[in-house]
Amino acid sequence: MSVDTALKILTPNDFASDQDVRWCPGCGDYSILAQMKKVLPTLGVPPEKTVFVSGIGCSSRFPYYMNTYGIHSIHGRAPAVATGVKSFRPDLSVWVITGDGDALSIGGNHLMHAIRRNLDINIVLFNNQIYGLTKGQYSPTSPLGKVTKSTPLGTIDNPIYPLSVAIGCEATFVARTVDTNIKHLAMVLKRAAEHRGTSFVEVYQNCIVFNDGAFDYATAKDTKTETTLELEHGKPLIFGKNRDRGVRLHGLDPEVVELGKGISEDDLLFHDERAAEPSLAYLLSRMRYPDFPEPIGVFRAVERPMYDELLNEQIAKAKAKCGEGNLQQLFESGDTWLVE
Amino acid sequence: MSTITPQKTIREIQHATVRFCGDSGDGMQLAGTQFTNTSALAGNDVATFPDYPAEIRAPRGTKAGVSGFQIHFANKDIFTPGDQLDALVAMNPAALATNLLDLTVGGVLIVNSDEFSDKDLKLAGFSTNPLDDENLRRKFQVYLVDMTRLTRLAVEEIGLGTKESDRCRNFFAVGLVYWLYDRSLEPTLRYIDDKFSKKPQVAEANRRALKAGFHYGETMEMFASQFRVSPAKLPPGRYRNIMGNEATAYGLIAAAKRSGCELFYGSYPITPASDILHELSKHKNFGVRTFQAEDEIAAITATIGASYCGAMGVTTSSGPGIALKQEAMGLAVMTELPLVIINVQRGGPSTGLPTKTEQADLLQALCGRNGECPIPIVAARSPADCFDTVQEAWRIAVRFMTPVIFLSDGYIANGSEPWRVPDASAMSPIEVQHPPGRSDGSTFLPYERNERLARPWAVPGTPGLMHRIGGLEKQDITGNVNYEAGNHQHMINTRDRKVALVADDIPLQEVTGPERGKLLVVSWGGTYGACATAVNDVRELGGDVAHCHLRYLHPFPKNLGEVLWRYEKVLVPELNLGQLRMLLRAEYLVDAVGHNKVQGRPFHVTELVEKIQQLLQ
Ligand code: SF4
Repeated sequence: MSVDTALKILTPNDFASDQDVRWCPGCGDYSILAQMKKVLPTLGVPPEKTVFVSGIGCSSRFPYYMNTYGIHSIHGRAPAVATGVKSFRPDLSVWVITGDGDALSIGGNHLMHAIRRNLDINIVLFNNQIYGLTKGQYSPTSPLGKVTKSTPLGTIDNPIYPLSVAIGCEATFVARTVDTNIKHLAMVLKRAAEHRGTSFVEVYQNCIVFNDGAFDYATAKDTKTETTLELEHGKPLIFGKNRDRGVRLHGLDPEVVELGKGISEDDLLFHDERAAEPSLAYLLSRMRYPDFPEPIGVFRAVERPMYDELLNEQIAKAKAKCGEGNLQQLFESGDTWLVE
Repeated sequence: MSTITPQKTIREIQHATVRFCGDSGDGMQLAGTQFTNTSALAGNDVATFPDYPAEIRAPRGTKAGVSGFQIHFANKDIFTPGDQLDALVAMNPAALATNLLDLTVGGVLIVNSDEFSDKDLKLAGFSTNPLDDENLRRKFQVYLVDMTRLTRLAVEEIGLGTKESDRCRNFFAVGLVYWLYDRSLEPTLRYIDDKFSKKPQVAEANRRALKAGFHYGETMEMFASQFRVSPAKLPPGRYRNIMGNEATAYGLIAAAKRSGCELFYGSYPITPASDILHELSKHKNFGVRTFQAEDEIAAITATIGASYCGAMGVTTSSGPGIALKQEAMGLAVMTELPLVIINVQRGGPSTGLPTKTEQADLLQALCGRNGECPIPIVAARSPADCFDTVQEAWRIAVRFMTPVIFLSDGYIANGSEPWRVPDASAMSPIEVQHPPGRSDGSTFLPYERNERLARPWAVPGTPGLMHRIGGLEKQDITGNVNYEAGNHQHMINTRDRKVALVADDIPLQEVTGPERGKLLVVSWGGTYGACATAVNDVRELGGDVAHCHLRYLHPFPKNLGEVLWRYEKVLVPELNLGQLRMLLRAEYLVDAVGHNKVQGRPFHVTELVEKIQQLLQ
């Protein structure tokens, strides 16, 4: 290798490819792309050591816009492609960019297995609750009853929640953020990158063409403090413009309470992203607007052995134990005989 | 001839075919493997045909549960496991019912007579006991041996339960057959020591059963004579016995070494391909990374990811799994990455006959994908040939930056033959180049091509070569996404031409037998042995027939048309409805005729001989 770009100070521009970005004007994807370019230079990983892998869908065009290595693969398979990349080259920083249809419908199986293997990769799911690229059919995250091109009478499929799915798959890092909340988005992406193991991030992303406003409740200036709740490790669950409301546990269920009137912060649920059991993270992932504020931030961040590391450890151990493989020995293993 | 003791006569014969059959829990595969290894170690050429049911444990005693293992061993070169049996060992009525048809008239029939109770007979669908049938005795040399009782007696002192004792019956049977064919017990005794080293009681029981069977043959003087097959005159060298799947695994490891790449093997368990995964997973010290994926699609897409990073990417399956992989194979074509896709063919369509052989996936390999999606195809012809052919697949893959399909089948995958162990130090390298990093700010062109139209294999981690690949149509040279009409036509043509250029890089097609004449037999894949033997047999009888066996199925060798045109007639025997025949007719306008069979079983030599003779008349 002749050069090492890691030595020079990297800027967002170092990660920008020369390709024209072709998302619809006003699409939430732009903001995610911008924040990604901002975060990557802060990680100390040069572009040539970074690989973006995607499947099919609007979000999956992402790799073309990054001046890194990249694979725009086939529908739903990005986690599997990334598994091959990371297993073979654990030194690379690997990102999977996917959408709600790509990850949870056609690619559900791969998502589940990548997460359970806990490869050291980062999966960012752009959730816009719609199929954009195919022009507006409902997705596995579309709310029940949603009228779309393929459901003129409303959907009859119960939706799933990406974070609940990830937690069910034994995810070690689970977070949620919102496309328009750029500071929070950058913070979450950075935390995801720094986590060792599979990081799963759901981004509420507005599809301005086919599902505009799906997350207005969570993004509108006047309501977002009421409808979302920023999680902080070790802190009580408090929200509201005046930070006067909180979430506490009632039996096994959360409930919203007003602070004061005999209820203090100490009565509230305290966030613990490092809890050994995922029960709290799961409970948080089930909190839906309008009954609850929807948590954003890091739900869960725990350590567990990583597939890519274990796999390469086995290789190293086998080499240490049996020596570098010898072909002749291999060919002659077992019973042999000589013909003169 | 060796010395002959007064009590026994040993008849020297050239070859023999023996089949062990019984319930799938009876250990017939092990019995067969032991007999094979011992025969190979005795210097015979061997060819085997294991045949077992798809169910792991079909109801005991039923015909559905019968498992068999056939061995053909000879003092000369042989290519098939034999058509007719010289000896049949049947451990129960169901095994007798399903296998007796294959026993040659006058052949040796050894039956475990303890398993012929009314209940056993009923399970196998007999209303009367076939052993009482006078006809049976007239037709065959029948030996009724109360194996269950004798085995129990032999292992009595060890104190195993009845179930465990009965499990040793296969070794009793092997011992008896060893005596019949004058075989040494040593290799199997060694095997038992090794295999059951942690279970000394079981080891001792199996040793005793084996010896008891052998001594029974000796002391009862029941057989009319013993037989001996002398060592075959194979080319000098060190030999071992090898199964097709094993040879494939070794070939992959060898190809990785030769190319300086580390092997990444993505696979999802499927019969009859899984043994390649099992074998490879044992050899991690060669840098072999095996990935047991969640499904067939993950197996190939992970492999594509690894290949992008410079790995020797290999994925394996059988027909149904290959069907699932086809979209990703298209991705590998579009991204022009080297990859080997192995299909150990089995009976189809759909789940079909998982444990039976067939060669009906040729057209799937050639045209199973959407769009114009050319992939070179090679096929192995025998168990040991898997070793060479799979390396050839990887050589083509890296030389042309393309996925390559390697076709094997259930018959050669599970069959075995002696293999002359190659000299690893004499293996030539497979050249692989990854472009070096750069810092001059110049644009890297991922679809710039060399004289073979192959694009550079730039791997992540290399500074200055960052590039994106994917399934969308790419502009040539730059690799940018491109939807222009002219570019698409150009890229379709380029990918097609690139694969066509492989023909310049492979040997010309050779024929065995007359250079021109009346009839040419064209075969591919695992039917090589039967076709070669049949052509040879007919030629020995004076027939004007030649044989041409294809290793390269796409593209065909450059001279193939010219070869075909030199003969008046062309016969293409295939275990399908005529897939290669169709291609040859389309490509070369020859009036090829077929001999086609899809019964989940290999060809018999005799049926091919008949067909050839018929065409020669
Ligand atoms: S269709 Fe929707 S998600 Fe796709 S690019 Fe346009 S706005 Fe974005």
